[in-house]
Amino acid sequence: MRVTNLRKLAALVAAGTLVLVGCSSSEESGSGAYEGPLQDTPGTINVLAWPGYAEDGTNDPNVDWVTPFEEATGCTVNVKTYGTSDEAVQLMQGGGYDVISASGDASLRLIYGGDLQPVNLDLIPNYADIFDNLKDRPWNTVDGKNYGVPHGRGANVLQYTMGKVNPEPTSWSVVWEPNSPAKGKVTAYDSAIYIADAAVYLMATKPELGITDPYALDQDQFDAAMALLEQQKPLIAEYWSDYTKYIGAVQSGSITVGTSWQVIANVLNGEKATVGAVKPQEGATGWSDTWMISSKTEAIDCAYKWLNHIITPSVNAQAAEYFGEAPANSKACALTANPDHCSLYHAEETDYWSNVYYWKTPTEDCLDGRTDVKCVPYSEWVKAWSSFRNK
Amino acid sequence: MIKSAQHFLNRHVKTRAALLLSLPLGWMIVIYLGALFALFLTSIWKIDTFTSDVIREFTLENFTDVFTDRAYFNVSIRTLMVAISVTLICAVIAIPMAFYMARIAKPSNRPILVALVLTPLWASYLVKVYAWRTMFYPESGFLQWLISPVGGKSPGFGMVAVIIGLTYLWLPYMVLPIYAGMEKLPNSVVDASADLGAKPGRTFREVVMPITWPTIIAGSVFTFSLSMGDYITVQILGGTFQMLGNVVYQNFSLNLPFAAAVSLIPVIIMMIYLAGIRKTGALDNL
Amino acid sequence: MRLSRTAKITLRTVMFAGFTFIYLPLVLVVINSFNKNKSFAWPPTGFTTEWWTRAAENVGIREAITRSALVALFATAIALVLGSLAAAAIARYDFFGRDSISLLFVLPIALPGIVTGIALNNVFTNFFGKLTFFTIVIGHATFCIVVVFNNVAARYRRIGSNLQEASMDLGADRITTFRLVTFPLIRNALIAGGLLAFGLSFDEIIVTTFTAGAGQTTLPIWIFQNLFRPNQAPIVNVVAAALVVISIIPIYLSQRLTQEKE
Repeated sequence: MRVTNLRKLAALVAAGTLVLVGCSSSEESGSGAYEGPLQDTPGTINVLAWPGYAEDGTNDPNVDWVTPFEEATGCTVNVKTYGTSDEAVQLMQGGGYDVISASGDASLRLIYGGDLQPVNLDLIPNYADIFDNLKDRPWNTVDGKNYGVPHGRGANVLQYTMGKVNPEPTSWSVVWEPNSPAKGKVTAYDSAIYIADAAVYLMATKPELGITDPYALDQDQFDAAMALLEQQKPLIAEYWSDYTKYIGAVQSGSITVGTSWQVIANVLNGEKATVGAVKPQEGATGWSDTWMISSKTEAIDCAYKWLNHIITPSVNAQAAEYFGEAPANSKACALTANPDHCSLYHAEETDYWSNVYYWKTPTEDCLDGRTDVKCVPYSEWVKAWSSFRNK
Repeated sequence: MIKSAQHFLNRHVKTRAALLLSLPLGWMIVIYLGALFALFLTSIWKIDTFTSDVIREFTLENFTDVFTDRAYFNVSIRTLMVAISVTLICAVIAIPMAFYMARIAKPSNRPILVALVLTPLWASYLVKVYAWRTMFYPESGFLQWLISPVGGKSPGFGMVAVIIGLTYLWLPYMVLPIYAGMEKLPNSVVDASADLGAKPGRTFREVVMPITWPTIIAGSVFTFSLSMGDYITVQILGGTFQMLGNVVYQNFSLNLPFAAAVSLIPVIIMMIYLAGIRKTGALDNL
Repeated sequence: MRLSRTAKITLRTVMFAGFTFIYLPLVLVVINSFNKNKSFAWPPTGFTTEWWTRAAENVGIREAITRSALVALFATAIALVLGSLAAAAIARYDFFGRDSISLLFVLPIALPGIVTGIALNNVFTNFFGKLTFFTIVIGHATFCIVVVFNNVAARYRRIGSNLQEASMDLGADRITTFRLVTFPLIRNALIAGGLLAFGLSFDEIIVTTFTAGAGQTTLPIWIFQNLFRPNQAPIVNVVAAALVVISIIPIYLSQRLTQEKE
């Protein structure tokens, strides 16, 4: 066998790879939900969670609602946290994860991509106590099929280091306007979905643009949002997606103001009060999260048990309090350590949420119902964001 | 049976070579080249705009996006500049160090010195970069503490910090090949140059450097390629600064065809570089 | 080479400055592993050994180190076999296409790791459906082969083929020649290459991020997950400091081995 033949062999193998690649196809999700009944089969579930949602004691030994679950059910839980919905989608699509706490801008993408299975709510007794206005929402219910149970909801807050930003901000202008007192120490969320935050600010400052839904932007509205982001860039120290890195940066003083999550402020204020966090007057983007089950999970019983466990009133109360959000289970409000928790986070109101715009995935068909224009789909948001970050 | 196989092999030199190569070459072609090929193939395909699934329909839009958007030209240039700066700075530091270690230090000390240069490679990459991050903190960092008495200011996070960080990380990869080359240099050649009347500076420039030049190029392959593709150091030290690696990382899950098209840029640059240095014999010195 | 005093002093200064540059961050890492303050502001606020005790008790670290060591062992083993086979072919035979194939064996390290990572990720998730322990090993083995190949090929080039030919002229068959003549000659290169490959695999993060399955936490992944966490970051420093100290000896030994001239 001469070596030149090896080169022909190489070409054949490459061609073979091409054929194989052409032939492989993505798996379709199962048609129906799990019928049950739930068995006591032990198993391992890999859980994808927002930071603070599935604490297992590694951050703070006193904050742990995973180990009690493991002890009670014999299921082993491995928690992996992610920083953005895009990261969550990528990890889910890569395979190996059984359960995910998905925000509205990830859930539909995963459902339509075949990565999630419908959930049989009869197997989750705690679902009955979920707030009615969180049930059967468009981001977790498709064609009448439910795909998960709600975890909680909250707004992306404006966080500022006390004493470093004067006067104490009540408006997003401190992160958008060129004359910001915190120039060079501002942070913004490092994901294309942040364009919606720009749109929220424009809703208040440029009403002539006619934006009613920050996720339904036609080309002109979108261009205006991108222009606002360009205007913001000189103010930015770093864009964040890793919340622990954000915490370190605030502690070191390189960041003093920017969009944040309540859990970040809570950790920073753990030992002594150092930051404030508010929902500014213009409103804010936010999220309403759902626990969902992978279409390819091999530990279905453990997955269902986890869903039921995490929305148990006491556990939901712990999680909502640690993170700093409104719980999904109505009975959790009576069980929070701080009796005012639910009123603090407006869990039982509706007014507060009227200017909180939950994360969802922008599509070409405008999400605000307009049919006379085409809106910019999320894939274009991602392209524009990538281009913007690299200019 | 074995004997006749041995006789066969003795006569057919090329068969011996082919047999030796079959397993490793097979691995490299099927696994490595195959994966690369599959990746670059996706660059001519589309994605579903909603689910980000790859759709196998031909399109050139990924390439038009990369080449018509000024931002990607800018980030490519910036990445090249960083890679070149890092390579130059590493070379400037590494050459005198390698020279000292190879020709001035006592032979018994050489293993210790080399071990000292190699040891940092075992401290985790991430921890080293993070240590630099804490040093660069604008207010409470080590550098700020060090140079504020003389009125200086920490450069903070950005391109400068990335260059310093990458130089730090890849310095051992530059020192070692150069050291190996300088050590192999026969004493007789250097002595002959001195005997012929050349001062040490001239000997260094006209005798030592030309012979060790391929090793410097070999070191540069590491520093250049490792800098071209890095995204983690950039995320930790770069502030809002981005390089090609970050573009690929940001897009690979949501738009794999586009990420594949972008990743062709550093690959093509490196292939050109490798082709260019083949003649210098640097590749034998890696 | 006789150098003037100023030249010698300059070179010594550069050496000193160079080593200061190299070790300054590592010294900081060690100091921070004893630092009371968790955010690593400078100067440190107090001394404590708490982080070292917590690190010793931490189960996650032990699992991560074990997993990393296993991955590195498998990858190095594959690399030693495949790398030395390839080195033997390339360094000792001349054939059409040799230079191109030699270039091929440099590519995994010459091309950016992120490209290798996403290419492998794409293939693994589409063919195998998910990422596992072995997908990590495959990724690592691919660049470990390069390192072993370089070391062993360089060694083969230096020793030439005279000794093997002499051995066979004296009547030894191929297998005996390899066992008694060739292998002892390349053994040090195998050890050096193997150690370097093990080290590269142990610390690798970029390709690993893209090829590691859901629960597969190698040490670099564990470090990445804990690096910025206020309660865990000091423990990460402990791990790094320990790694540096532990690795000095094998590195020194490997250097002594490759020093041998014959």
